[in-house]
Amino acid sequence: MRRAFIISIPYLWLIALFLIPFGIVFKLALSDMAISIPPYTPTLDISGGWAGFKDFLSQLDMENFIWLKEDNLYWKAYLSSVQIAFVSTLLTLLIGFPMAYGMAQAPKEWQATLMMLIILPFWTSFLIRIYAWMGILSNEGFLNQFLLWTGIIGAPLQIINTNLAVYIGIIYTYLPFMVLPIYATLEKLDPSYLEAAEDLGCSRTQAFWAVTAPLSKPGVVAGCFLVFIPVVGEFVIPSLLGGSRTLMIGKVLWDEFFSNRDWPVASAVAVILLLILVIPIILFQKQQERAQEAET
Amino acid sequence: MKLSLTTTIAALLASTLMAASEEVRVYNWSDYIDEALLTKFQDETGIKLIYDVFDSNEVLETKMLAGSSGYDVVVPSGAFLSRQIQAGAFQKLDKSKLSNIGNTWDDIEARTDVYDPGNLYSINYMWGTTGIGYNVGKVKEALGDNAPADSLALVFDPANMAKLKDCGVYFLDAPTEMIPAALKYIGEDPDSKDIDVIKKAEAVLTSVAPYVQKYHSSEYINALANGDICVAFGWSGDVLQARDRAAEAENGVEVEYAIPSEGALMWFDQMAIPADAPNPDGAHKFINFILDAQNMAAASNYVYYANGNKASEPYLEEDVIGDPAIYPPAETVSNLYVTTAYGPKAQRVVTRMWTKVKTGQ
Repeated sequence: MRRAFIISIPYLWLIALFLIPFGIVFKLALSDMAISIPPYTPTLDISGGWAGFKDFLSQLDMENFIWLKEDNLYWKAYLSSVQIAFVSTLLTLLIGFPMAYGMAQAPKEWQATLMMLIILPFWTSFLIRIYAWMGILSNEGFLNQFLLWTGIIGAPLQIINTNLAVYIGIIYTYLPFMVLPIYATLEKLDPSYLEAAEDLGCSRTQAFWAVTAPLSKPGVVAGCFLVFIPVVGEFVIPSLLGGSRTLMIGKVLWDEFFSNRDWPVASAVAVILLLILVIPIILFQKQQERAQEAET
Repeated sequence: MKLSLTTTIAALLASTLMAASEEVRVYNWSDYIDEALLTKFQDETGIKLIYDVFDSNEVLETKMLAGSSGYDVVVPSGAFLSRQIQAGAFQKLDKSKLSNIGNTWDDIEARTDVYDPGNLYSINYMWGTTGIGYNVGKVKEALGDNAPADSLALVFDPANMAKLKDCGVYFLDAPTEMIPAALKYIGEDPDSKDIDVIKKAEAVLTSVAPYVQKYHSSEYINALANGDICVAFGWSGDVLQARDRAAEAENGVEVEYAIPSEGALMWFDQMAIPADAPNPDGAHKFINFILDAQNMAAASNYVYYANGNKASEPYLEEDVIGDPAIYPPAETVSNLYVTTAYGPKAQRVVTRMWTKVKTGQ
């Protein structure tokens, strides 16, 4: 009994916080827009009983998904979001891994301080930090003024309102999410493995690739997920730092929701976005499980 | 320790009780009031005022249509107001609670009647035009002394825009403002609901899109004032606020506002009370407070927008009432146009076109 109760907790959590909201969004995606409060139809009227429910169901259709298929804007936006997320994840990994490695190698008494330094930016609101970047990157901003002062450039660089500014913002914001899980795995790594590798004739570089890299994989994977998934749906950073040509699905979703007041199509966009994110993750986990089974 | 805990709890309770006392939540456009008025309202009425801001009608409309926004007074623009009235988002004003109702300006009410027949649901807060804000020195530098700063050609002729690109041009991120302007430029009806006509605006907007640095509806105030950009297609008072900020900063930036000679959009921001407002009584008190001639004048003197309050005129400063960019002379007014709401189908075309213009997709 108690065991069943304990097992049921994560499932209840999943149902309450994922499946039910998803069901609501999915139902919305099958509705039609209307000028009313809320701006869609049909709405479920419980007092109608079973007949009312059947009537409600009969009004739902896949029209909005067909609409998405017909306009290539949506696919381009998905693709461009995934691409931006992929490049940012890669760059965050390239910067984050050495940082995490350096932290794990640092003397024990420093580690707490280093950890603190990684977490410290979270104490300032995310929005304020992005606004600070606007101040740094703008044409009359700190960076350009500094570069002009040193004489490296003759005219201000156009960084704000470009994709470069979006990448800078994303990498800056998401770096801790990459560093922390990698650090957590590297910190637990038993140094005697490395000693054994060196005893067996590995150079330090070889030992890194043969021992440290594979053992840090769980941290790297966790870090990549933590960066990739939210970046795909990122809205705030591209809208504040990006230019009008930065096409991301978050912005398209915003337009559907706010400019068109078309909640049903916005929901359909969100459902597809979820599928794009969830399916590769499930496939990845299946593949991991198979790989683990093959090992044992 | 115990004592301090008790006091903390007492303080918390007290503050919740205070919160339980009367409060009014107002949702208005950003940079749109003299903040001294907010304190004045609280001092005069003892009602706690919570004042939030937005910078696009779309954001407000989504909150209204979602329902239970929690706001008591909101300030949508004409076309959006009329659609929200249709959706049942507002309650009729109880004019018996508005002792200052006689202060309103009938000329303005005659115009807002299009959106809110009989002015039953709303009262004009402020009105203005959408036009060209420019950095005098930089535009001269880019286009010479004869720069057509008072013509839509400045922003819709690719030849001019190509020269302005390097000093920076911002457009409003509001298709309902930009598309009518583009239609006006090519001599079409700016308020057209005909999809074929609306689509003609696309070519105009696309031809200058490569030269637009950003589409945004509030950042241009600071960008103009700092000298980051040289032209913004934006709202009259916002540009004039930029002019003042630049003057105050003494940074050598001179900003001017021009109503395009081809004609400009005249818009009206209307105070209304949501149907589900938690405190409609307080909302009426707030609207009545704003309707007071001196308060309304203080707001206009501060934000450089004309208001719909005839009685406030004696209290307006000379650089407000005397500025043709704020209170345009009759012949300019006759050249201004208004727009009404798009239906769902035209709206979708408009939004899609806008995305295409902005992103090239």
